Amino acid sequence: MIDKALKGDTRYWIWLAFLLGVMTLGGLSYVQQFKYGLGYTGMSRDVSWGVYIAQFTFLVGVAAGGVMLVLPYYLHDFKAFGRITVLGEFMAIAAVSMCLMFILADLGQPARVLNVILHPTPNSMLFWDMIVLNGYLFLNIICGWVILNAEAKEVPPPKWVKPFVYISIPWAISIHTVTAFLYAGLPGRHFWLTAIMAPRFLASAFAAGPALLLICAMAMKKYANFDPGEKAVNKLCTIISYAAIANFFFIGLEFFTAYYSNIPGHMHTLDYLFFGLEGHDNLVPFMRFSMVLGLIATIAIMVPAVRRNDRYLVITCAALFLALWIDKGVGLVLGGFVPNPLEYITEYVPTFGELMITAGIWATGFFILTILYKVALAVDRQIHG
Amino acid sequence: MDIKRRKFLKLAGLSAVAGIGAPSAFNMLLRGEVSASEGKPSGHGGGEGHGAASTTKYRYGIVIDVRKFASIKGLAGKCIKACHTIHNVPNYGNKKDEIKWVWVESYEHAFPEHSQYKRNERLHKLPILTMCNHCDNPPCVRACPTQATFKNKENGIIMMDYHRCIGCRFCMAACPYGARSFNWRNPREKDSQGRYRFLERINPDYPCRMRGVVEKCTLCVERIDRGQIPACVEATGNTGAMIFGDLNDPNSEISRVLRETFTIQRKPAVGTHPSLFYII
Ligand code: SF4
Ligand code: SF4
Ligand code: SF4
Repeated sequence: MIDKALKGDTRYWIWLAFLLGVMTLGGLSYVQQFKYGLGYTGMSRDVSWGVYIAQFTFLVGVAAGGVMLVLPYYLHDFKAFGRITVLGEFMAIAAVSMCLMFILADLGQPARVLNVILHPTPNSMLFWDMIVLNGYLFLNIICGWVILNAEAKEVPPPKWVKPFVYISIPWAISIHTVTAFLYAGLPGRHFWLTAIMAPRFLASAFAAGPALLLICAMAMKKYANFDPGEKAVNKLCTIISYAAIANFFFIGLEFFTAYYSNIPGHMHTLDYLFFGLEGHDNLVPFMRFSMVLGLIATIAIMVPAVRRNDRYLVITCAALFLALWIDKGVGLVLGGFVPNPLEYITEYVPTFGELMITAGIWATGFFILTILYKVALAVDRQIHG
Repeated sequence: MDIKRRKFLKLAGLSAVAGIGAPSAFNMLLRGEVSASEGKPSGHGGGEGHGAASTTKYRYGIVIDVRKFASIKGLAGKCIKACHTIHNVPNYGNKKDEIKWVWVESYEHAFPEHSQYKRNERLHKLPILTMCNHCDNPPCVRACPTQATFKNKENGIIMMDYHRCIGCRFCMAACPYGARSFNWRNPREKDSQGRYRFLERINPDYPCRMRGVVEKCTLCVERIDRGQIPACVEATGNTGAMIFGDLNDPNSEISRVLRETFTIQRKPAVGTHPSLFYII
């Protein structure tokens, strides 16, 4: 079936060539990092995780977001998602692949990664995260690929895949819950030590994932004559808006707890992110921009006129995606390190090479996504003409 | 709590995670069998504030008398030098690559949660020697996905296996004391004349680390095994600035000092049960 990805117009090949170019630059930068060590990045003793882990965290959310299509389609028999559910599953595959690459890029000794399996350690949340992420990748490959294959042959999907589809639904929740536990269980990191970390992660995931999917679907509608269907688009918008509202509600709760309790440790990081702490305010413009942009986009996506206009819809989804990316893919992880446990402030600025590696991994993810969507599109065309 | 029972509880906890044997662990919780303090009145910190005693045979700790460090000039520097030369700790001369096992901290940074109104001038200037606390309940060990950082079953020391560490730095995020350092680059890098750039000389008796792994104070476990005391403690000579010993032995000097003197630990509220104590 993969041969379907080998036929495409010029635009398709230019896009793939562009991605390959970025992937090459990222790969070359990674060789540098591999030779020098992680000092190649902007990380330090005080800010010991940087953009890699932040991207990883965000992308786990994008992967989990795919379940917002699988669940209505399979559990509630919401037929309108029939054509795009597989897109959700394929997006999960691409996103989890990126997650695994970001983890690998962040390891000081990548060649030893198998130690996690050779010395299994159930008390470590990272161990569980590895299990659920790989499991989720496997589940989505099975569900997405087998079902699409059946569709291509115009036979009903085999019965044995159904249980996998149902397992994949709670599994999607689990990947983001366990990822939240990486942060929410650490003593002495006040900003992360919050019981609503997992729900917050899930809310932002269920907005960001479908938002990205909608952007892809709209792009395919414009360039490849693929119609996701008005009903499906409308439903997705509703899902996105509820999730985004929940996300901002949760952020509000964090603010309340910190500032009403007035406990310094709980206020410090929020101060740093949104107002600046003792003159350190690198992230303030980004965080404020993210908040304003996110709120505007959340309101916009509820407006019927926006939903009906493809261009407005894409802009709105992109704005929301960007806002959530800044909030989680930048502020959440980096903010947790400021101030450090001894209440010093060290700011982190990623290096150029680090950003190239990051771009390279994103490009790899989009490469996988493009190929998978191309196949899905070809099958879709074969069925729907 | 004896070792067998502790082990069983661990097992029960594990199987609860795995979803088997969950009812039994749950019942024990219901019956209040899983409690931090043994028969003592259970405050939020577990009776004495410190919680249950260690289950290892020995539990080594250090009492640091900060008053002595304040009055004897250069004493802290001597300790740091002793540790860092013996353990081949590189000196990069910049904050980004920095590796340190033991260092001097100011009072407000070492004890950020202790507040004093109109704080005594003396407190501001105190040199607080800080290093790994060899926590009895160590979050770094809990977080490590490979058991590359682990608690020595015999003596409770929190140790590192440099050959197993994958460099994920989860332990650094988990340590509430900033005690851990990462090798951001090759510590054994040489200049054009073949001299080590970041090490004055190499002590062949202690392993050099490779880049990409985490390291920290090991309480000189290699010396303790040989019957010696930690190098930093040794460097304080007979000043009495540092008292090293077995916390499990009621007759040890350190136990006596702890009973007779008012000492504090860093960040007691996070429940790590440090084995380092400070006399301010
Ligand atoms: S001080 Fe930090 S590194 Fe040392 S045992 Fe405690 S948590 Fe672990
Ligand atoms: S960096 Fe090494 S010691 Fe620390 S958690 Fe990861 S594997 Fe364990
Ligand atoms: S106990 Fe040993 S390793 Fe730890 S700081 Fe002292 S000399 Fe260094």
